[in-house]
Amino acid sequence: MLVMALRMLVGDRAKYLGIVVALAFTSFVMIQQPATFLGILRHTYGFITDIGIGDVWVMDPKAKHLDDVKPMMDSELQRVRGIQGVDWAMPLYKGGIRARLDNGDFVQCQMIGIDETTLIGGPGRMVLGQLADLRQADGIIIDTASAASRLAIIQGAGKRPMTIGDSIELNDHRAQVVGTAISSSNFQSMPTVYTTYSRVKTFLPSERKLLSFVLVGVKDGADPQAVADAITRSTGLAAYTTEGFIDRSLKHFLGNTGMILNFAMSAGMGFLIGAFIAGQTFYNFTNDNLRHFGVMKAMGAGSGMLVRMILVQALYLGLTGFGLGAGAGAAMGFNLARVDPHLVFRMPWQLIAVGGVAALSVVIVAALLAIRKVVRLEPAQVFKA
Amino acid sequence: MSGPMVQCQGLTKTYGTGETAVQALRGVDFQADAGEVVMLVGPSGCGKTTLISVLAGVMDGDGGSVRVLGHELTKLSGAEKTRLRRHGIGFVFQSFNLVPTLSVMENVAVPLLIQGEKRSRALELARAALEPVGLADKAKVLPGQLSGGQQQRVAIARAIVHAPPLIVCDEPTSALDHRTGEQVVGLLRDLARSRDCCLLVVTHDSRIFPFADRVAEMDDGRVLAIRQNTGN
Repeated sequence: MLVMALRMLVGDRAKYLGIVVALAFTSFVMIQQPATFLGILRHTYGFITDIGIGDVWVMDPKAKHLDDVKPMMDSELQRVRGIQGVDWAMPLYKGGIRARLDNGDFVQCQMIGIDETTLIGGPGRMVLGQLADLRQADGIIIDTASAASRLAIIQGAGKRPMTIGDSIELNDHRAQVVGTAISSSNFQSMPTVYTTYSRVKTFLPSERKLLSFVLVGVKDGADPQAVADAITRSTGLAAYTTEGFIDRSLKHFLGNTGMILNFAMSAGMGFLIGAFIAGQTFYNFTNDNLRHFGVMKAMGAGSGMLVRMILVQALYLGLTGFGLGAGAGAAMGFNLARVDPHLVFRMPWQLIAVGGVAALSVVIVAALLAIRKVVRLEPAQVFKA
Repeated sequence: MSGPMVQCQGLTKTYGTGETAVQALRGVDFQADAGEVVMLVGPSGCGKTTLISVLAGVMDGDGGSVRVLGHELTKLSGAEKTRLRRHGIGFVFQSFNLVPTLSVMENVAVPLLIQGEKRSRALELARAALEPVGLADKAKVLPGQLSGGQQQRVAIARAIVHAPPLIVCDEPTSALDHRTGEQVVGLLRDLARSRDCCLLVVTHDSRIFPFADRVAEMDDGRVLAIRQNTGN
């Protein structure tokens, strides 16, 4: 009878497609909106994970998140290096700089200055050139996405990506591109320019304090949290483990911007509308079939059998609708992100699981409402014309 | 099974309570045997449908006794009555009640699937049940593509596919023209007789009375007279 239940469902083509489309829409919104939201959230800490090395981040105690840089004196680096448990400590500059392109346009960029000896703090994935090329005179590495978009070179009527050998002006100083790298977009979607920490002083000669962060690696066996606490106690600086710093940056954006509320409202509205349409259509479908369920009851079908039939219909609809919606959402998100790297999309398995459960819940709730009617149905009703 | 297929004595049924109560059955005595075609006739509201509902085990009476296929219905639980209907009773309804999205063959297979028969076997038996009603060539079409008479013949195939000893029909000709109605009832009668099946038909269509072995005339919740037809 379960196969019959599915045949009853898909046989009513118009209603079946109506419910599937509504569920697919609901699932699409439930997946696409939060996935974009997660992608945007990644902007708030992508720089930290891009570096991929270092256990503790040290900064001015007033710094609230990754982009809230309060420069420190270079001498702080030596103080941190003296703390027990610290294996190495490297300077890191992070700040804005204005770049002038060949065509005279100005573009505000994010500049990252890393230790020129160890190159710790550089981008994790090079696309063109090598990280060591950063040691060349006036050398900079730019992020691939910006190289093809905001920093692209105008040639005749078209554009070409900025590449090795091209140069730009950074604060009236010539800088030569020696490589391109994959880099997470920052929150403002500014191009990222990597250079050495010492060269930052060339580009920004008027700055007295340049040290944005001290990136610390702890000795083998040392607890990063304990080392971070020791740094704070001894220097008065703020020190967070990498995870702690990600968490702090995330919480700042979540707590101080309307992002969560706006995205939650957008996704929530989409979900409610889709859920209502899908639920209502499925409920109506079962109601329309009430007479047939009554006939089956008269013929000796027990309530349990009819309940199983309705649940199978609901599960089939839920899985089909969610599969289509989530698939469409993922396809759209990933393809758009590939076309434009500034568009972000993250779809962890937890999001798929939550979306799937939500989509199934919609049809299960609608099914339960319908089941109540079917269970209460009197088989004698079939003798009423 | 020895004895009558269906037997009730002093059967009563009242709808509602108090001043709005309507007494649909006022002590009905009735019986029908295997291989017999009995028609319950009478004006609207006389209690025909209530009587057939109680006899088919889809509604409980209030008083009296009802014995169907050897079981005293008043002593059966809901689940036992469901089982009795599943294996012992075939149904033909006024408005056919075929599932429009299932093929003719699938519709006919429903009683077998309810009994737990495997799908392939159920469809095989359903196709066989379409032979005597002359619709084997329509096995795969949807009910909506058939005429009213053909749909009722599908409903007849559905009623006999699991070989029940009792078939109950509620106004089986009211949605059909006279000629088609006669053909359908004739077919029903022949099938019931060939299988030694008891056929109870509720109708107010006097043109099909001649197909009955007996006609029970009802009015005001009572069986007033039972007329034996000769020459059938």
